[in-house]
Amino acid sequence: MKIRIKFCKYGEMKFIGHLDMMRYFQKALRRAGIPVCYSGGFSPHMIMSFAQPLGVGITSDGEYLDLEVESVLSSADCVRRLNEVMADGVEVRSFRQISEEKSQNAMSLVAAADYKVGFRPGSEPEEGWQQAFADFLAQPEILVLKKGKKSERELDIRPLIYKAFIQEDGIFLCLSAGSVANIKPELVMEAFFAFLSQPFDPLILLLHRMELYALQTNAAKGACQGEPALVSLEELGQEIE
Amino acid sequence: MRKLALTDEILLKVEKPARYLGNEINRVMKNANQVEIRFAMCFPDVYEIGMSHLGIQILYDLFNRREDTWCERVYSPWVDLDRILREKQIPLFALESQDPVREFDFLGITLQYEMCYTNVLQVLELSQIPLHARERTNEDPIVIGGGPCASNPEPLADFFDLFYIGEGETSYPALLEVYKANRAAGGSREDFLEQAARIPGIYVPSLYEVTYKEDGTIASFTPQKPFVPATVQKQLVEDLTSAVYPRKPLVPFIKVTQDRVVLEIQRGCIRGCRFCQAGMLYRPTRERDAHMLKECACDLLDSTGQEEISLSSLSSSDYSQLPELVDFLIDTAGNRGVNISLPSLRIDAFSLDVMRKVQDIRKSSLTFAPEAGTQRMRDVINKGLTEEDILSGAGQAFEGGWSKVKLYFMLGLPTETEEDIRGIPRLAEKIARRYYEIPKEQRNGKCQITISTSFFVPKPFTPFQWAAMNTQEEFLSKAHMVNQELKEQLNKKSMKYNWHEADVSVLEGVFARGDRRLGAVLEAAYHKGCLYDSWSEYFHPEWWQEAFAQEGISPAFYASRQRDTEEILPWDFLDMGVTKDFLLREWEKSQKELVTKNCSQQCQGCGAGRYGTGVCSSHRDLGKGGCPQ
Repeated sequence: MKIRIKFCKYGEMKFIGHLDMMRYFQKALRRAGIPVCYSGGFSPHMIMSFAQPLGVGITSDGEYLDLEVESVLSSADCVRRLNEVMADGVEVRSFRQISEEKSQNAMSLVAAADYKVGFRPGSEPEEGWQQAFADFLAQPEILVLKKGKKSERELDIRPLIYKAFIQEDGIFLCLSAGSVANIKPELVMEAFFAFLSQPFDPLILLLHRMELYALQTNAAKGACQGEPALVSLEELGQEIE
Repeated sequence: MRKLALTDEILLKVEKPARYLGNEINRVMKNANQVEIRFAMCFPDVYEIGMSHLGIQILYDLFNRREDTWCERVYSPWVDLDRILREKQIPLFALESQDPVREFDFLGITLQYEMCYTNVLQVLELSQIPLHARERTNEDPIVIGGGPCASNPEPLADFFDLFYIGEGETSYPALLEVYKANRAAGGSREDFLEQAARIPGIYVPSLYEVTYKEDGTIASFTPQKPFVPATVQKQLVEDLTSAVYPRKPLVPFIKVTQDRVVLEIQRGCIRGCRFCQAGMLYRPTRERDAHMLKECACDLLDSTGQEEISLSSLSSSDYSQLPELVDFLIDTAGNRGVNISLPSLRIDAFSLDVMRKVQDIRKSSLTFAPEAGTQRMRDVINKGLTEEDILSGAGQAFEGGWSKVKLYFMLGLPTETEEDIRGIPRLAEKIARRYYEIPKEQRNGKCQITISTSFFVPKPFTPFQWAAMNTQEEFLSKAHMVNQELKEQLNKKSMKYNWHEADVSVLEGVFARGDRRLGAVLEAAYHKGCLYDSWSEYFHPEWWQEAFAQEGISPAFYASRQRDTEEILPWDFLDMGVTKDFLLREWEKSQKELVTKNCSQQCQGCGAGRYGTGVCSSHRDLGKGGCPQ
């Protein structure tokens, strides 16, 4: 049976990197006594995958991992058992059954992510940046150098910024995510600071991921203009009663 | 929520910020205002090494079971954070509360190897605690040293208020009670230290005076007050089965060196290898009952969720209930998707059968530690492993499908000859030939034999404590000779040779058998920038040479000099269980190439029998306390 877990990560846990979070969940699932399926062989490992790595220093309300279990009790029971063994700063929000189809795993579904970007007190850009942000977005294209594993390439990120606006405590961004075109919020902010002609240090940002989305399959074909139709990864799962 | 000692900016700048958070699963949080004693327990190396150490986990559990005490952890900040703490004058903090170490009642530092001594000074300095014990005031923590290197604490005497000699489980409760009573009575730091010196196993270096002869050897070592004991006796757990064992060990977020739960099945070793300090320090050999260990294994896996369990002991094959325990672990672990790791097993039919069940034989390798290349040399060091044992073990393994072998040797052992050195690759050649005796179609490609040599460092409380250590040049020419001889072997293409650094081994030898005068050298080297000396990329032999020259101290006096058996050794005031008579008998037997039987075959009267426990209690018939003289 395939399961999707949604969890949030905050406080001190933001310093724990992606690979360590995977190791953390493997141990936590054991402590909670969830009957996870293992691969065979002499070094059995849990069959699990995370939707999308989260950078060190970033908090989140919308992290996902998929795993395979032998059998489970109810969703509510599993959430409770997991939360009893969580470290401070990780909380399981839901435990849902998902489709058995390979193409339906979180990692291949991720298409977009919501972020909240704030500035550390005293590190806000120069006054008037809010207006400049609107001008920044109004550009027909926003070219950035994107560093890949081997090469750098120039990329227009404007179409990959699905939504962006200023709110009380910073900036809201909905960005393309996943294996096709993944845009980190730092990259958008770096481009914005370049637009402002101000020096940029990623350490001034307070980053928070709010949700991860898949494309809504039935709507995706029709809606090719403007914002894509998105559905949160959580909504694709079913509560187990 | 806790306030971290470091800002986000610092934590995001340093490598592996998780080293400094103290939010691991199973960490113990208490209210600082509701405890009477705050104990900072330090492993003076980087987090990943320190977190892998079982001893700290045992003491952490022992202290935190007390309602009046909160024990927290401290590790050496890595070089990146070290720089930042100095620049910004941020005091070193304990992980759980994130409070400065200098506010604690105690700072306990475990001394596991000599090459962490500069890190001890780092921890003190970053904690803003005066380096010298004599400069500390009532406001500073009491700084305690313990662990195997406390068996010769003298090079560190200036920097510690007291040393705990032996196993931590026994005298700490008494020490903490004395501390509380002294504080309640308004006593000073000196008052406490004087009372502590009366507790068995506690050594307060400031209460002893050392004088030296003209030749540099010790003339006298005398207590300064009538109540201060002339000898300090090692503390030992009599019954390991009923001793505390942590059932909820800490689970780190980042990958650490030993990333698994550990079952300590026994303490001590019956073998009596003459070079081995642990084999002498932890006498008598004591086992934990298999029933308790099985229960422990389940608790440990439940409370941590770890994916691997490992046995810990100096020689697992000598554990009497091994088959029963291993069967249980294979069943339990198999059901939970947990790996089993079984270090220090002798290669024989039983261990090969077990290894076949728990490892992939194509990937795993066989490990032999013959320690020396010839039978003569192995007799000198009393290593019971014979060439027949090795060849028959390897042969069985090769027939069972294994093809990788690791061999561990030492160079520079007392009485070593060219024949012994050349014997190392020759032994490897015999093993290789044994492999190629197997018909081609039945074997698994080429065999891979990895030879590793370390350089022998004589240690206190071993029969070789009087021996001269080789110089760096001698060591390197011996390693070269092994390499040359290897190239002469028919199956050289199946062999690989690694050797250890020589300069760091010599320095280890200096501090292992050093005296109080080395404190000045250590401090000078630290001020020149020496730190993390056990990490080859940070080891600066040239700064150490300058420090020795500056203090007018010859490293050769400590490392390469053979001691007279009449000489007062810096550690003679400690009673570690084994008597000097026994060590001397063994030293003499080694010169005659005579082997000594192991503890389970026949009592050798080493002196540990007076503890009346463990393997010694099975020899009661041999005389009072099992010590025939």
